[in-house]
Amino acid sequence: MPLTLYDKIWNQHVVKDYEDGGSLLYVDRHLVQEVSSPQAFAGLKSAGRELRRPDAHIAVADHAVPTTDRSVTLPDSLARRQVARLVENAAEFGIPYIPIRDRRHGIVHVIGPELGFTLPGTVLVCGDSHTCTHGAFGAIAFGIGASECECVFATQAIRQRKQKTMRILLEGERPEGVEVKDFILAIIARIGVGGGAGYAIEYAGSAVRALSMEQRMTLCNMSIEAGSRVGMVAPDEKTFAYLEGRPLAPKGDEWDCAVEAWKQLVSDEDAVFDREVVIDVSELAPFVSWGTTPEECAPINATVPDPSREVDEARRAKMQRSLDYMGLKPGMPLSQIRIDRVFIGSCTNGRIEDLRKAASVVKGHKVADNVAAIVVPGSAAVRIQAEQEGLDRIFIEAGFEWRTSGCSMCVAMNDDRLTEGERCASTSNRNFEGRQGKGGRTHLMSPPMAAAAALTGRLTDVRQIGRNQ
Amino acid sequence: MKPFTRITSVAAFLDEDAVDTDIIFPARFLLLLDKVGLGKHAFHERRHKPSGEKFILDTPPYDRAQIFVAQKNFGTGSSREQAVWALVDFGIRCVIAESFGEIFFANCYKNGVLPIVASGEKLAAIRRAAGEAQEITVDLPSQTIQLADGTAISFDIDPYRKNALLNGLDDIGMILADDIEDIRAFEERQRRESPWLYLGADKLSHFDDLEKENALG
Repeated sequence: MPLTLYDKIWNQHVVKDYEDGGSLLYVDRHLVQEVSSPQAFAGLKSAGRELRRPDAHIAVADHAVPTTDRSVTLPDSLARRQVARLVENAAEFGIPYIPIRDRRHGIVHVIGPELGFTLPGTVLVCGDSHTCTHGAFGAIAFGIGASECECVFATQAIRQRKQKTMRILLEGERPEGVEVKDFILAIIARIGVGGGAGYAIEYAGSAVRALSMEQRMTLCNMSIEAGSRVGMVAPDEKTFAYLEGRPLAPKGDEWDCAVEAWKQLVSDEDAVFDREVVIDVSELAPFVSWGTTPEECAPINATVPDPSREVDEARRAKMQRSLDYMGLKPGMPLSQIRIDRVFIGSCTNGRIEDLRKAASVVKGHKVADNVAAIVVPGSAAVRIQAEQEGLDRIFIEAGFEWRTSGCSMCVAMNDDRLTEGERCASTSNRNFEGRQGKGGRTHLMSPPMAAAAALTGRLTDVRQIGRNQ
Repeated sequence: MKPFTRITSVAAFLDEDAVDTDIIFPARFLLLLDKVGLGKHAFHERRHKPSGEKFILDTPPYDRAQIFVAQKNFGTGSSREQAVWALVDFGIRCVIAESFGEIFFANCYKNGVLPIVASGEKLAAIRRAAGEAQEITVDLPSQTIQLADGTAISFDIDPYRKNALLNGLDDIGMILADDIEDIRAFEERQRRESPWLYLGADKLSHFDDLEKENALG
């Protein structure tokens, strides 16, 4: 029987199938962070259980850490206690813990690939919904709750039901100014925030093959915003080139064997998907979100939609609530929406290519008056690379703050947050109510679009910004 | 885990689609290290509106609701299990919605909470009963929701999850008791076939120079 990529990796990881239709799935990799792990470790301890395979876990604090001056010690605070707890737990159970000032520090979903911890053909989990990011390497990677983290600590396996499969074919040539962030926002607008629920998504098609690994990570990262825990791309030469030589990637003969195995990880030509969606990317424009769910987004040249034109009652009510929260009026051009803050970073768009693209827009310009803009590299490695390329100077000279790695204003668990009513152009993944701070208003977009908004002080079509070479 | 068999209660309701886990449990409270005592932060922003308008969970008789009726995509977004712990701490044992965020849905079962998918006229009838503050009975053994007017509404549930809820069983205990030999055999075979999946001392030596966490002083 022809198999999908998802089927193949799934089959390779089934420890056993239960009579009730569930399966016990083996977990190869587990990324551990400070927010979802304390209760999991506590459960393990109170039951007197061992951690089964310490080599399968890496711990790092990313959500709650400050992105400002790292040379000072964390002040006594809940965040400090949470980081300290992770440090203690990692030491007690013998798993590597990457300190905040380490050159390998960063957001779990940025450093997993950087380290070569993320590999094709693996099942990778983390107590964080954006774990789907790692699917870019041809892995079944998904977010789990703290109880499931505890289960993985104790058993290295997890009970799951196999998902249905959805293939999203992206075809056509990517127009100038359109980024992969626009692909995924367009996909979510098309299928809705619940559209992927119950499915493992495979992204395929010529426009996906043309993407770099970092772009594929952005694409897979927001699968969860379409409701799907799993998003994946079949590994290819780009995948192998990205991974070769990474510290935890296989070496020598083992590398050759691994690549041979990874080359089998493609959906068979006649494999059948439960659902298929086709999108012509050549027709896309840069997207921005206007509401409080990621499906509430539109091309930058559109206007704020009018709820009174929506026939579905529930949708109309949701739209109206979104507009009330966002402080927007129907019919207003999206490009006239003024902003107060700009955030460039996150596991969605905090990688070096993202910063390069944003910097190329910013270069030689100034951040608009009354706009506070920050760039938060997704990892220390990204920060170091950017500084070697002089990107930090471009941002700083334009008036951006240049920060250190962490989740920052994507989750607003540290001091990087919006205040009541503030409006932010953000490269993160969620525009939920209060996501970037209580009462804050988020507009999602690509890094070049966020950079453009920083310069003009309003949502702006980046294609209209003059480039200084 | 607290077993779930049958509950009778009024049902609180929230007529909104896509109520995400950030709404259910705002991120700034994720810094807390415990599972217990989180109920006071459930729906925090909705319960502390500047207008002073009361949220349904603070409005009698719904302040003692054990059932929560929602709409589409309830619990979408972040994987934070705190969203479920907060509802449990508040006394909610059952959430009925047209659809759920998948991770939230799975997290419910780990904490003795029964998530029920209902749509169309079934959900509408439950919502009406909730609005009238009727006592609603959710009976897991028979998989029925009983309304005060005698209407019985059936629901589906995965047989494994049903058994686990009824008996208060957790996955870890069952896997350790029944499946650990299978896991061992799987690991032996996988280590042979795909040795690169096991990080030996050579690769882990990459972490030999990790220092102590200096940010803690």
